[in-house]
Amino acid sequence: MIWNTDFAISILPKLLKGLLITLQATAGGTLLALVLGLVLALSARSGSVLLARSAYGVTELLRRTPLLVHLYLLFFALPEIGIVLPRLTAGILALGLHTGSYMAAVYQSGIDAVPKGQWEAAQALGYSRFDKWTRIILPQAIPMMIPSLGNYVLLMFKESAILSVIAVPEAMQTAMSIGNQTYRYFEAVTVVGLLYLAISLPVAAALRALETRLAVTRQ
Amino acid sequence: MEKFLSYVPLLIEGLKVTLAIFTCALVVATLFAIVAGTVRFSGPKWLSRPVAALVEFFRGTSCFVQLFWCFYALPLFGLTLTPFMTSVIVLGLNVGSFGSEVVRGALEAVPKGQIEAARALNYSPLKSFLHILMPQAMRIAIRPAANLMVDLLKLTPLTSLVTVNELTRNAMVMRNQTGSTLGTLLCIFAVYFLLSSLIYFVMNRLEVHFIHRKAVRAASTRVAA
Repeated sequence: MIWNTDFAISILPKLLKGLLITLQATAGGTLLALVLGLVLALSARSGSVLLARSAYGVTELLRRTPLLVHLYLLFFALPEIGIVLPRLTAGILALGLHTGSYMAAVYQSGIDAVPKGQWEAAQALGYSRFDKWTRIILPQAIPMMIPSLGNYVLLMFKESAILSVIAVPEAMQTAMSIGNQTYRYFEAVTVVGLLYLAISLPVAAALRALETRLAVTRQ
Repeated sequence: MEKFLSYVPLLIEGLKVTLAIFTCALVVATLFAIVAGTVRFSGPKWLSRPVAALVEFFRGTSCFVQLFWCFYALPLFGLTLTPFMTSVIVLGLNVGSFGSEVVRGALEAVPKGQIEAARALNYSPLKSFLHILMPQAMRIAIRPAANLMVDLLKLTPLTSLVTVNELTRNAMVMRNQTGSTLGTLLCIFAVYFLLSSLIYFVMNRLEVHFIHRKAVRAASTRVAA
């Protein structure tokens, strides 16, 4: 018998504990990505050529290179120049940087979708630059972006399994260490896969529903 | 520096394997995307339901988990593949699943009048699909396909974790032997960046080529009329 249900159930508490770390990493990465994406998008739309060019450069450097290489750079290469990061911090940084570069594009298209009249009205009413962004443009742009941003958060949640390569004790790493101890990789990896599905499928469905509802209310 | 240079052949060896995985997985992904996307667009329910389930499965977990699952689980079912083959299949099906949504979306984006016109001109369903729908959908799909190709390239380092000797794995070997981590990793960082840029360059050219050709043809028919 290759599948042992009792064993699969017995490892569930350990894996759920790992999943908690996965969620922690996702939450940290999301926070970082949301801020980084916004900074990159605002720089790209700032009107300053230098800022816009460097934002584009950073975005493309991050988007065109693999997450695993980012993770290795942060965890293995930075100590060489004297910066030693704890495992989880390095993982959160890698996830946040990588996803932030994708979110920058989402923010940009959200900002571009705010009707031109709103920009002109803000100008006509004498709003300062800061007030224009924080009171007029972003409050209208951000709700439209929520489904897309949510999809990237979901992607990050799934991709966070990669943190196991630097031994962050998240769900996948827990499964691998159970496998190392018991040689029952099959149950461990299967249960972890099911846990990922149990979270990602409902969230994906909810995001799709939200997207439809937003599209309807906009019309 | 001398020490560094003596490892260049190792990196080139790894680059070759990376490109081999990329190419093979791209073929798997393209085939799967076209078949699954078409089935979900216009296939019978008994076929499109299981295909949808497979696509959702691949989209619901990360490539990393799928790779390890196949690495450990397939041998238990008596299917022993080399790590290279496993990687090609998993990466191909993973990216192909995302690609099937692109294909479906592109097929849906072709105006309905095109199919009706094909029917009016007495095209058979197969002919109207191959000659009318597909060429127009392909044009729409070029840009998202470029993004997926870059995603595929960025997934190839994961195969190093199931012992495929590709670029990232060889770089880590070199790192262990030279003790220079930053230099080695920045080197492969640059290689991946250049490869991704090359993909975008080629795909942009392709897009310009197709759209330009379409525009020229449209202009010439206008003149003829």
